[in-house]
Amino acid sequence: MKYFRTHVLVCVDPQCLKKGAHEIIDSLQDELVAQGLIDEVQVLETSRIGGCDNGPEMMVYPEGVHYTGLTTDDIPFIVEEHFLKGRVAQKFVTPVKVFLDEELGAPKSKEIRVVLRNCGKIDPDNIEDYIAEDGYMALGKVLTESTPEGVIDTVARSGLRGRGGAGFPAAKKWALARAVNDYPKYLTCNADEGDPGAFMNRRVLEGDPHSVLEGMIIVAYAMGASHGYIYCRAEYPLAVKTMNIAIQQARQMGFLGHHILGSDFSFDCELRMGAGAFVCGEETALIASIEGRRGEPRPRPPFPAVKGLWGKPTNNNNVETFANIPQIILNGPEWFASMGTEKSKGTKTFALAGDVKHTGLIEVPLGITLRELVYDVGGGIKDDKGFKVAQIGGPMGGCMTTQYLDLKVDYESLAAAGGMMGSGGLVIMDDETCMVDIARYFMDFIQDESCGKCTPCRVGTRRLLDILNRICEGTGHDGDIETLEYLCKEIRTTSLCGLGQGAPNPVESTLKYFRDEYEAHIYEKRCPAKVCKALIRFEIEAEPCTGCTVCARNCPVNAITGERRKLHVIDPDICVRCGICMQVCNFNAIVIK
Amino acid sequence: MTVGKLDGQAVLEAVQNAIIAHGAAKEELIPILSDVNRSLGYIPREAMDEISRQLRVPKSQLFSVASFYQMLSTRPLGKHVIHFCESAPCHVAGGRQVLQALQQAVNLKPGETSQDGQWSLLTTSCLGVCGVGPVMTVDEDIYGNITPGQIKEILARYQ
Repeated sequence: MKYFRTHVLVCVDPQCLKKGAHEIIDSLQDELVAQGLIDEVQVLETSRIGGCDNGPEMMVYPEGVHYTGLTTDDIPFIVEEHFLKGRVAQKFVTPVKVFLDEELGAPKSKEIRVVLRNCGKIDPDNIEDYIAEDGYMALGKVLTESTPEGVIDTVARSGLRGRGGAGFPAAKKWALARAVNDYPKYLTCNADEGDPGAFMNRRVLEGDPHSVLEGMIIVAYAMGASHGYIYCRAEYPLAVKTMNIAIQQARQMGFLGHHILGSDFSFDCELRMGAGAFVCGEETALIASIEGRRGEPRPRPPFPAVKGLWGKPTNNNNVETFANIPQIILNGPEWFASMGTEKSKGTKTFALAGDVKHTGLIEVPLGITLRELVYDVGGGIKDDKGFKVAQIGGPMGGCMTTQYLDLKVDYESLAAAGGMMGSGGLVIMDDETCMVDIARYFMDFIQDESCGKCTPCRVGTRRLLDILNRICEGTGHDGDIETLEYLCKEIRTTSLCGLGQGAPNPVESTLKYFRDEYEAHIYEKRCPAKVCKALIRFEIEAEPCTGCTVCARNCPVNAITGERRKLHVIDPDICVRCGICMQVCNFNAIVIK
Repeated sequence: MTVGKLDGQAVLEAVQNAIIAHGAAKEELIPILSDVNRSLGYIPREAMDEISRQLRVPKSQLFSVASFYQMLSTRPLGKHVIHFCESAPCHVAGGRQVLQALQQAVNLKPGETSQDGQWSLLTTSCLGVCGVGPVMTVDEDIYGNITPGQIKEILARYQ
């Protein structure tokens, strides 16, 4: 074998080829011969390094120097300076692009990244980056070494449960669809992440699309599906774009299509974009939407595993569930089962939002306590205020108060405490949050997103919202709380799908722990957290006010009067309680009463 | 985004392009409607008639789909469309004051389009960028960490 002291890797990506990469290689060869270096310096072709936009580009090892923006005229100079004299040609040096993910950042304390392991590390638009991180190895392993039943068994032993919220054992679902003797079978990936405050799936789709795709292909093999759909919401344009590129690249490489990796197994998939309907995250609604209809749920049974897309057996899993699968295959079910609690295995991604210091995406082992989530991973409450509530599980989730800070975050413990895992939205609220306002807020969302098919959800949530609005506006009256409770019970027991059944959750859970706040609004016409506009007044305190007129000049409705250098006064009848005066005051003279 | 009267030719062209891109099949209905919505700003009646004819889908079904999804509009929208995120993380981060300032600045309530066809103010469900809430989009541009004081300056960029 021949040894070279220097290796030059020239990018021959189509983009660089167009800009003359081949001419660069020819010129390099000629110049190396001319300088008598052809036995010492080897020129190789490689795929893109990351500077194609300014191509042609090349990488020189062992120095690890990245040159871009080259022309053939520059080559004699580089060969002489760098390869002969050993001086790096600084004017062509470009740092190698690192795909830094600002949203994600470095892992925080207590984080374990399984699903997010590649996010921010690899170029999501380049399948080779994924392959370099053992990508599609699990698929190869499965197709050559395992039967479909073997895959189901492996995942069953890992204890993986559906990450979409309900936590149904993933392998069991596939076995159900596999057992049905009706073809073709379909596989759907639920990427309709609509819970407010939840963006875990978006990050995975944008940062590591192939992990989802590989997971899907493996599941398709296990359940016997021949066609798949990724249903992605239209609010995520970048995720749609990235995923489409990934599908195309996987097809080119033979990971999708006929006879995948030379086996008898064929599977292809395509992306379907939603058009803005929260309910489409419900699996029967999702199926209706893929078929081109209104995204309305239908009663189950028959379950999609028996009659789903176009009446054929269909299995639907969440983005995160799929992204876990290649790792389980590669590292073994025991490795996966070593994380988490007895019945909730592995890790879970959460979108930490609201009043914590470090908001953003996190991935933690299941079984972590809420306290650890808020104070260790989240860095505590902003401005060192007090913790009031963690809203977990999306709009239909529950409120976890201080008494639950040491609760283990897993499927069972959350359900026992009246909450739910949901898809991973985690909104932390400080002690200046009004719980009636929050309940009203979530109800507004639920009401808005109710598909309208069944009456309890369509009309019931509207009634709940009307009452909550009244309470927040200061016109609540005796009996409202009891009506709320009655409505909640009725809606829960008579709604058609999980969305309707979960709709009363925000009201029930806030009523359970913060009944006193409801009572203060209704009977004392007072908002303890000073949030509800109709129940508060802005006032200017005499002592700190310098009469600088900033508030008066910024008031959009001219509710503030007062002479320069004298105390200003807010007229509560004109004031719209927008809070702008409070924001612009430099002396903190404006208070809420 | 387009305002005012669309000429029939433009409508037919938009429908034709969408059908060529996705194929004249019932299950492609939502992608087709989305494409038409994107190129014309909304789905005019004439477009629905044409889609109904080519796809052999009853108009009632077309309308039921077009009116169900938030991103499909059966009414013309303003020249610039503001989507304000109304989800909880943005709300907790002070979204309410921002929405109020926004409503005052354009003199519209959510869901309305201004008389002069300049603005439409809509609310949207979570855009998934909750780390920088409150968030809104104006046409294709996304703005995060907005305060009520910034609204005027942001809107001025579109006049």
